[in-house]
Amino acid sequence: MIKEFVCIVCPNSCRLTVSEENGEITVSGNECNRGVEYGLSEYCNPRRMLTTTVAISGAVLPRLPVISTAEIPKNKLKRCLEQLYSTAVTAPVQSGDIVLRDICRTGVDIAASRSIYRKNDRESDEEAGR
Amino acid sequence: MKRVEIDIAVIGGGPAGLAAALKARELGAEKVLILERNIELGGILQQCIHDGFGIHRFDKRLSGTQYAQLFIDAVEQSDIAVKLDTMVLEIGADKTIYACNKSEGMLEINSGAIVLAMGCRERTASQVLIHGDRPAGVLTAGAVQRYINMEGYLPGSKAVILGSGDIGLIMARRMILEGLAVEGVYEVMAAPGGLTRNLVQCLDDFEIPLHLSTTVTAVHGRKRVEAVTVAQVDGAMKPVAGTERRIECDLLVLAVGLIPENELSRAAGVEIDPRSGGPLLDENFMTGVPGIFAAGNVAVVFDLVDYVSASGEIAAAGAVNYLRGKLGEEKSRRPVKAGENVNFVVPQRLGRECGETTFFLRVSSPQKAATLSCCSGKKLLFKKRCRFLAPPEMLTFTADASGGDELVIALKEEAGRR
Repeated sequence: MIKEFVCIVCPNSCRLTVSEENGEITVSGNECNRGVEYGLSEYCNPRRMLTTTVAISGAVLPRLPVISTAEIPKNKLKRCLEQLYSTAVTAPVQSGDIVLRDICRTGVDIAASRSIYRKNDRESDEEAGR
Repeated sequence: MKRVEIDIAVIGGGPAGLAAALKARELGAEKVLILERNIELGGILQQCIHDGFGIHRFDKRLSGTQYAQLFIDAVEQSDIAVKLDTMVLEIGADKTIYACNKSEGMLEINSGAIVLAMGCRERTASQVLIHGDRPAGVLTAGAVQRYINMEGYLPGSKAVILGSGDIGLIMARRMILEGLAVEGVYEVMAAPGGLTRNLVQCLDDFEIPLHLSTTVTAVHGRKRVEAVTVAQVDGAMKPVAGTERRIECDLLVLAVGLIPENELSRAAGVEIDPRSGGPLLDENFMTGVPGIFAAGNVAVVFDLVDYVSASGEIAAAGAVNYLRGKLGEEKSRRPVKAGENVNFVVPQRLGRECGETTFFLRVSSPQKAATLSCCSGKKLLFKKRCRFLAPPEMLTFTADASGGDELVIALKEEAGRR
């Protein structure tokens, strides 16, 4: 099998060709060794950070942004997203709080990427002239 | 009218304003006040849920919200005063700020120094000359980002994106993840505007096509967008007859550039540089009006938030020195000139004894390898070799630029190198 990738390790943007023959994988088109590493990981096990939002109740906003604590295999991103669509949390939340542990058995957690107050806390803060 | 006396007023609580306020307090300014029109701090970072922020400053790939939270937490732990939901209306003579909010009404704020940190806003449909009706469904990328990421509202079902800057690319991915169809990204220029990383991870990953030298020429639909027409453009950016194509969609997303938001600055008598779109600044990021400083995207549109924070800290240090009377009334400022392949440089002028100064610049055209030089007359003050230069990516360096006459910053192509 032959696959092509654009290397994103540095701005040179080498066009990599990764080919597999008899179980041997070779990378070509790279100008440096980092390209080999990138080409192999994109071919064998591409991973991405996952950032999205989940529903939050009791806050000034209806959505809470979340981020994966490490990269997730690319082919599991869709399933992870589906699980997050049906996830809801309640305010208050602190940035870094874990929203979901070991999402889709990836070993990666999903964490809140900001803090959100409870709606009423904020309003009483304002009344107190804070 | 309620009167407030403070040392340093920071207008805008986004990344530039937060960094400026924290730095000013750290350097000993006693009463620091942030004026923010939104109901919370953080500015545009609160809708930037994707990662890639803070690589230079924290050596991490944070989300925009995580990056903002670090600064917001620091401000909340400090004694820096914050007025949210507060709109600055005018900066009058003697740097008097007039503002208003719901709980206090009109405010008159007298400060020793002001840091302008109002950020920038997006170019709109009428600024890129899209003709046709004005139906619902033509939105800037930032508006779509806010609707989806903060308000949980999907503003369409099938989108066409005009503009291939990083915001356009990031929203292409974001809309796909939220179940919208993205027909394609159209870019009037011959080269993509965004980083390769984003082209790969936002477009290639989702098989979204990028059409270069192609633009949107018409929007169709009376009440709601029903379709757009795209056409290829020639070397003079004019649509080529016969290349038109009609695309059914209900959302046109515009990612066509950012403009520093300088209405307050202009009214306060601050002179604007037509090339950067921000105030003419000196080495302390002080504008032409003594005591008024500018930081972040209101000064010049930066590509990385790390530089936005850095500029806030430069302006804050300047403001604290101004309060202490350490910035003399300098009559003669030396110009900093953009030489070969330099589009613009900030700061644009320097005091005689400016000392170590950080410069931010953008190149005019891409270069594989070039030598950056900073010269005062025939004296070479700074030199470094740079690779892979492109207009969307800012270049920065620090050099002692004291003494001498006008400065020229240039980038000379290295022949035969790649």
